Amino acid sequence: MSRTETGAAAPASRAEYCVVACAEAWRDAGEILASPMGTVPAVGARLAKLTFSPDLLLTDGEALLMGDTPAIGARPGSVEGWLPFRQHLTLTATGRRHVMMGASQLDRHGNQNISCIGDWARPTRQLLGVRGAPVNTLNNPTSYWVPKHSARVFVEHVDMVSGVGYDRAAAAGPSATRYHRIPGVITDLGVFDFETPDRTMRIRSLHPGIGVDQVTAATGFALSVPDDVPLTREPTEAELRLIREVIDPKGLREREVPA
Amino acid sequence: MTADDVVGRLESGMTVGIGGWGSRRKPMALVRALLRSDITDLTVVSYGGPDVGLLAAAGRIRKLVTAFGTLDSVPLEPHFTAARQRGAFEMVELDEAMMMWGLTAGAQRLPFMPVRAGLGSDLMEVNPALRTVTSPYEDGEKLVAAPALRLDAALVHLNRCDAQGNGQYLGPDPYFDDLFCEAADQSYVSCERIVETADLLKEHGPQTLLVKRLFVDGVVETPNGAHFTSCVPDHDRDESFQRAYVRAARDPEAWPAFVARFLSGDEAAYQAAVTAFHQEEEA
Repeated sequence: MSRTETGAAAPASRAEYCVVACAEAWRDAGEILASPMGTVPAVGARLAKLTFSPDLLLTDGEALLMGDTPAIGARPGSVEGWLPFRQHLTLTATGRRHVMMGASQLDRHGNQNISCIGDWARPTRQLLGVRGAPVNTLNNPTSYWVPKHSARVFVEHVDMVSGVGYDRAAAAGPSATRYHRIPGVITDLGVFDFETPDRTMRIRSLHPGIGVDQVTAATGFALSVPDDVPLTREPTEAELRLIREVIDPKGLREREVPA
Repeated sequence: MTADDVVGRLESGMTVGIGGWGSRRKPMALVRALLRSDITDLTVVSYGGPDVGLLAAAGRIRKLVTAFGTLDSVPLEPHFTAARQRGAFEMVELDEAMMMWGLTAGAQRLPFMPVRAGLGSDLMEVNPALRTVTSPYEDGEKLVAAPALRLDAALVHLNRCDAQGNGQYLGPDPYFDDLFCEAADQSYVSCERIVETADLLKEHGPQTLLVKRLFVDGVVETPNGAHFTSCVPDHDRDESFQRAYVRAARDPEAWPAFVARFLSGDEAAYQAAVTAFHQEEEA
């Protein structure tokens, strides 16, 4: 563990708060597949598995379920299963998975866009395409990770609903809402959820040093702000050691969320 | 067969499914042969990678059916994004799973498969032809009817094949290559190496035999034929070449030089140009 001269651990970086917040998304998840997309969620999922959610299943990013929890970028030392793309897609429909996806745009109801910016018929900027966002959001818990919280991402209306939000699921009816759940949104500024009566995005916690004004200014819609805004919890010393020495010794998390 | 023989069996206007996933195990030698032909006006069904990018850049696609266009280690396929932004083809955007079930329906001679994916999303808006079905059972659930994706032809690349068309994959993921072949009226498999049938299981279990000869109409031996996409364990993705492709594809002034250098000759010329590219890089 990196220690200062006084012997105390170096204080947690912003990226490390994000890692812990992502890990919390998989607390009490049980025996399911954690599908993190992005470096910080990947570090978070591994942290969850090494601490409070040991039953999680994790892939190597390809077709293998890892039998251990190697550092980011390292090969697994053992393999406990096989999960090629078609099994991954069918596993999604079983619901035994919690995915944390990225979002190019996200609105206050949790509708996500990774397809394109502008008019779909002739986009000003083509992005990835919807990928598995429609199947994910209707079948298993889907959280989002946004490494740079801005009003360009958090918009009033997304240009192409790829991942389905609460209002759109409700409008589509019981088949759409049956297994639909967006547990949370984690960004470099804080943690958000949809635990309001009208299922719109609210602040759940802010990372230390982040003010409510800063978040509302970086959000293109009206956020629900609770009377008391808690701080994202501190990583424990043991968690910091796992993050820094075991899971991400190369510090890739700091590239995704610079200090 | 040769790659050019395969293309000789195809026609403009066909619906062609291309196996692999993103920038992984794409039948690139067959795609390059398509580029050498004058076949155009294609409906392409693919989990899109550089196959889609190259065909789009050459103006061969009339309609694209896909869930994404990516090079994996480079998130966005540059020709795919550029083609979409200039409205170069009609797009049928589907969810990854919806596409899998559409191919399954196509293979099993069914008109559709019921899926939950799509409900509530804008896929229902941008694909006005998508319909829902109501379960005839007590639950009465309303679901999406993922329409069958039936193909005139499928093109896939595998690690090994025998001359009869029994195809073997040796990497970690079959992708959907067998499904593409089963959903197609004619299927063509290129492979790293053609081997004797008796040798297929010398080193590997029977579960590696992915594609059956009754779904295959032709086999082509094309060593390094998935280049620059990955074809593990035979070869990884050629990342430095892929980066060169991306640089050229993003620059309309550089692209013609890339085409002239790599795509103006036959497959042997392509492979020689790739070898020369790496010799220059190392120099």
